[in-house]
Amino acid sequence: MENRSVTHSTFVIERSYPATPERVFDAFADPAKKRRWYAETKNHDVEEFEMDFRVGGSDRARYRFREGSPFKGVALVNHTTYQDIQPNRRIVIAYTMAMGDKPFSASQATFELLPTDKGTNLIFTEQGAFFEGADGPQMREAGWRHLLEQLAKEFAR
Amino acid sequence: MPNRRVNIDRVFHALGDPTRRAIVEKLSKGPISVSQLAKPFEITLAAVVQHLQILVESGLVHTEKVGRVRTCGIEPAGLSVAQQWIDERRSTWEERFDRLGDLLAESDEK
Repeated sequence: MENRSVTHSTFVIERSYPATPERVFDAFADPAKKRRWYAETKNHDVEEFEMDFRVGGSDRARYRFREGSPFKGVALVNHTTYQDIQPNRRIVIAYTMAMGDKPFSASQATFELLPTDKGTNLIFTEQGAFFEGADGPQMREAGWRHLLEQLAKEFAR
Repeated sequence: MPNRRVNIDRVFHALGDPTRRAIVEKLSKGPISVSQLAKPFEITLAAVVQHLQILVESGLVHTEKVGRVRTCGIEPAGLSVAQQWIDERRSTWEERFDRLGDLLAESDEK
């Protein structure tokens, strides 16, 4: 039984950083810096990370999940295109996430940098579409397993 | 909102038991008859039925009897992968922005 529904989600995250908008913007524009906060986590290895930071340019990242992850061994591919870049002020992207070669979500995201006397307010807005069932039972099963593992951790506390 | 809170409590109760979690994991692969579900677990069929009852009450699992066979499966309206995806998107970004904060603070010290 395949479910072809699409789930839409919009959310906003706001952060304040004690750094100038120029420094915050630089953390997006400089591949070495961007990789460190955007791509590198303890859950996965970064197999690929390419950036082309310009309007119309594309970034590509591929992550391999590690031992302990419910998606262990699976590759997660993130493809991003820059829609708009206003230096030190705004970045707009469209990106997809795929398990291997199967995309399961597409999103549009905006980063707004607002100068304050303390530094910068970052406002992040994402509008995403999740194609539930795009990867069929495998995705759902992995999703459940992940959920159960998260819950098991809760109960182990 | 009160109704939803009750459901979450029932789900937590349902999933608080490792056997029930294992049952849910098995069912996530697809619907199965109750007798087939009982096989891998070294407990009585009656015990499985009891677990299933709690899972059904929590809204995670549904069962139906067709002829003499009772089949059970994951209730799609239960904890959905879609909801989980939504939560995960947000937390992925929250973690990224945490790391961005660390990176900015670090460069500052130099």
